[in-house]
Amino acid sequence: MSKKIGAVAVIGGGIGGIQASLDLADSGFKVYLIETKPSIGGLMSQLDKTFPTNDCAM
Amino acid sequence: MVNTEISGIEGEPGNFKLSIIRKPRYVEPSKCTGCGVCAQYCPVEAIDTYNAGMGVVPGIFVEYQQAVPLIYTINREVCIGCGLCAEYCEADAVDYSQKEKKQILDVGAVILAAGTETYDAETLTEYGYGRFKNVVNSKEFERILSASGPFRGLVLRASDGVEPNSIAFIQCVGSRSLVKGNEYCSSACCMYAVKEAVVAKEHLHGLDINIFFMDIRAYGKDFDKYVERAKDSGIKFTRSRVSNIKQDNKTNNLWITYESEDGNLKTEEFGMVVLSHGLCTSPSSKELAEKLGVELDRFGFCKTDEFSPIQSSRPGIFVSGAFQGPKDIPETVMQSSGAASLCSELLISERGALIEKEEYPPKIEVLGVGPRIGVFVCYCGINIGGYVDVPEVAKYAESLEGVVYVDTNLFTCSQDSQELVKQKITEQKLNRVVVASCTPRTHEPLFQETCESAGLNRYLFSMANIRDQCSWVHMQTREEATEKAKDLVRMAVAKARLLEPLERLTFDLTKKGLVIGGGLAGMTAALGLARQGYEAILVEREKELGGNLSHIYYTPSGKDVQVLLKSLIKQVKDEQNITIYTNSEITEIDGFIGNYRTKIKEKDSNGEKEVEHGIVIIATGGKENKPKEYLYGKNDKIITQRELEENLSNPKSKILNPKSVVMIQCVESRDDKNAYCSRYCCTQAVKNGLKIKEKFPESSIYILYRDIRTYGTKEVYFNEAREKGIIFIRYDENNKPEISEENGNINVVVNDHLLKRDLSIVCDYLVLSPGMLPQDDNEDYAKMLKVPLNEDGFFLEAHMKLRPVDFATDGIYMCGICHSPKMLDETIAQANAAVSRACTILSQDVVKADGTVAYVNKYKCAACGTCETVCAFGAVKVVEKETRGGIERYAEVTEALCKGCGACASSCRMSAIDIRGYADKDIIAIIENF
Repeated sequence: MSKKIGAVAVIGGGIGGIQASLDLADSGFKVYLIETKPSIGGLMSQLDKTFPTNDCAM
Repeated sequence: MVNTEISGIEGEPGNFKLSIIRKPRYVEPSKCTGCGVCAQYCPVEAIDTYNAGMGVVPGIFVEYQQAVPLIYTINREVCIGCGLCAEYCEADAVDYSQKEKKQILDVGAVILAAGTETYDAETLTEYGYGRFKNVVNSKEFERILSASGPFRGLVLRASDGVEPNSIAFIQCVGSRSLVKGNEYCSSACCMYAVKEAVVAKEHLHGLDINIFFMDIRAYGKDFDKYVERAKDSGIKFTRSRVSNIKQDNKTNNLWITYESEDGNLKTEEFGMVVLSHGLCTSPSSKELAEKLGVELDRFGFCKTDEFSPIQSSRPGIFVSGAFQGPKDIPETVMQSSGAASLCSELLISERGALIEKEEYPPKIEVLGVGPRIGVFVCYCGINIGGYVDVPEVAKYAESLEGVVYVDTNLFTCSQDSQELVKQKITEQKLNRVVVASCTPRTHEPLFQETCESAGLNRYLFSMANIRDQCSWVHMQTREEATEKAKDLVRMAVAKARLLEPLERLTFDLTKKGLVIGGGLAGMTAALGLARQGYEAILVEREKELGGNLSHIYYTPSGKDVQVLLKSLIKQVKDEQNITIYTNSEITEIDGFIGNYRTKIKEKDSNGEKEVEHGIVIIATGGKENKPKEYLYGKNDKIITQRELEENLSNPKSKILNPKSVVMIQCVESRDDKNAYCSRYCCTQAVKNGLKIKEKFPESSIYILYRDIRTYGTKEVYFNEAREKGIIFIRYDENNKPEISEENGNINVVVNDHLLKRDLSIVCDYLVLSPGMLPQDDNEDYAKMLKVPLNEDGFFLEAHMKLRPVDFATDGIYMCGICHSPKMLDETIAQANAAVSRACTILSQDVVKADGTVAYVNKYKCAACGTCETVCAFGAVKVVEKETRGGIERYAEVTEALCKGCGACASSCRMSAIDIRGYADKDIIAIIENF
């Protein structure tokens, strides 16, 4: 078996991809966060507010 | 890596070669400062996809102002190559010659979090979307509500730019349909529609809103309360599937035809209609799955197993979020953290191998040396330079006390300017740095890093925001803006004179985790910790591990849950890194992140054992409610769903060929006492109903419900149940079913909305869905750990959407039903998420506190405890210490937990608390210099 690599590719830069990337980077792994669009944020960046707190989604 | 696409993958778990294609953005990222001048001069326009197609953006653009990375991109589909952007870019960042690049990444694992698309409402022609201007989809309406949207937050109609008097929301557009659209429920639409309605009403107080729905699926934590608040604010809810929408061609108002609950056909006029379109997969998600070699389910979502909801069909590739199935934000966040945990497990031997550590030069000694302040004033392209006389501000800064060096930069944040700042710190022997530029919110860490890399303590830095707070708001008045910029610089310099170096305290860390609760959540969490190389201490109150999982026998798809239970117990017992304490309770937890001491007592013995650990995972579960209603406990044919399931799975069961079974949903749930929905009961009733039908096809089954909440792809089981003849009868919460008992027979009377009369059903078994209650000991743990519970008694997370596993207090996490009732696969995902969050701490060498933390002058402190009450992070508490002078009481700060928010300092009546770097003297110096 070939040697393992301490890096992870996260495909998708929405809230899910960002959370996974942060956790991995904070626990000692190199992360490639890959997004097709020119910026990360995904669907959530387009939301105005989120329930139940009506916090700003940004 | 943005603008990047996947082209293929080869290799095996632990060692993949992922091929990617990096598309050009025609702007050099290392040079672009995001100033936006290029976009101002761009002569062409493209459709603004970020604003859901409403409005246009220049051909060189950022998706939105807060975009990360804040780097412009040229849209070559509209670009005419005029060269204006390149000409006006002072940073020389535009590069038309960039080409697509192919690259291969060496990675050990992959997480697929590619999200989902929204359903194209134009397909459903009866709603007129695309034909009628005032019919919008919910994504468009979300942008309309936003201050950064097409109408700057004003709720306006597209036809005439006028505020509507009334808005109708139509639910399940493209969802829950066997005819058109998708069969499944999209999980998120009910709640986003209610939210959009609430926000719209905040914008336009007199607005009439009517939400047309089939079932309100407010199944998540605190969702029902939100819906009730919406009802209280005057938002109407109408249970009906709208058949069509017509437009009044004169007014552009819309006429909605629907069948009201009393069976009459009604028509109502609205100024605007919002279609709650569902989530769906797209051809691009199929293409991506093919390239990665992962299987999709029949709806096009990534195929997973109920027992391993994060694992795709290809080992080493994990999945999270709506790519796996329609879901809301908190479930997405949980599953994503969970995926991170499973990657770490797979690559555990390589943790830290590819992480580069920063090396810093020796520290510059500043104590006993007078302030030598360097001020750097930024033009920010024309953002500041266009409206403020930057050279004059710089000249003025030279005259301020303590300032020995002043410079101006086109962009202080650019890489070459950072090098210059470093060079000047050394050359001019600067011991304080002030940058007058943009906001510390985005740029303070960068400049602090620059100071540190030149050997200067990162807290010897101060910032004046002369852009957001000055040039941007005073664009028309250059002289006054320049004066204000001088004021801001003077105040920042005044603070800089008083700055002292602060140390980031470090604490030792016990690399062990305490897991409270040995059910599905607790066992999964303990195994996760152990597999990431940390010792887990698993404490269970009962004699056996298993918790609620012991009472579940099969999943809706028919998988045997007891096999999972036995396998988990075996794995936990075989795992050397796990110490199990069953029949035990925790009597005391002391300490803080990295350093806890906990006393565990076995129930039948007197001895206590003390353990040390660095983090805590709470997984105390919940307990099935034993109802007092409906003669439960008085007739052995009146049972709960759990008891039914146990019976149906027992070969010696007494339930044989029942003629008729009635199930009542929401028993002692969603009422005044238990205001919340228990989420799983609808699916459980459908699952058990189908099981009866499978065993005894002749049985008649009636499910009496308030809203059927088989959210997501669980909807298919609801459809299957109806197809197999299970009868669903809706009852109103104010007109509950009534039961009576005669000669051993159970008679149920329920008012049927469709037939408009009472139905009387004689049944052999009455099955109640009584929901889940929080555990009684939640309160004890909440007190021991100083963490909050919500009003229903479940643990309250740090943020309902973005931090569904964390507490505000670092080092403590939650998973499973103790957070709120949930399904088995969701519990597994959340337990893995808790492990992931915990390992971000356990994988460190030490626990680091920030430098700007609170400190107490104990001689001033009156030990009133106000600070303890206001601290959201459990970082301050009043302690008692015995001294020679007697017992002293005063507040003490746990620096490792303190976030430096200042709540304690500002509420202290005795001025006994200050924040390092932001002490009263610092703030007063700033004010005095205003």
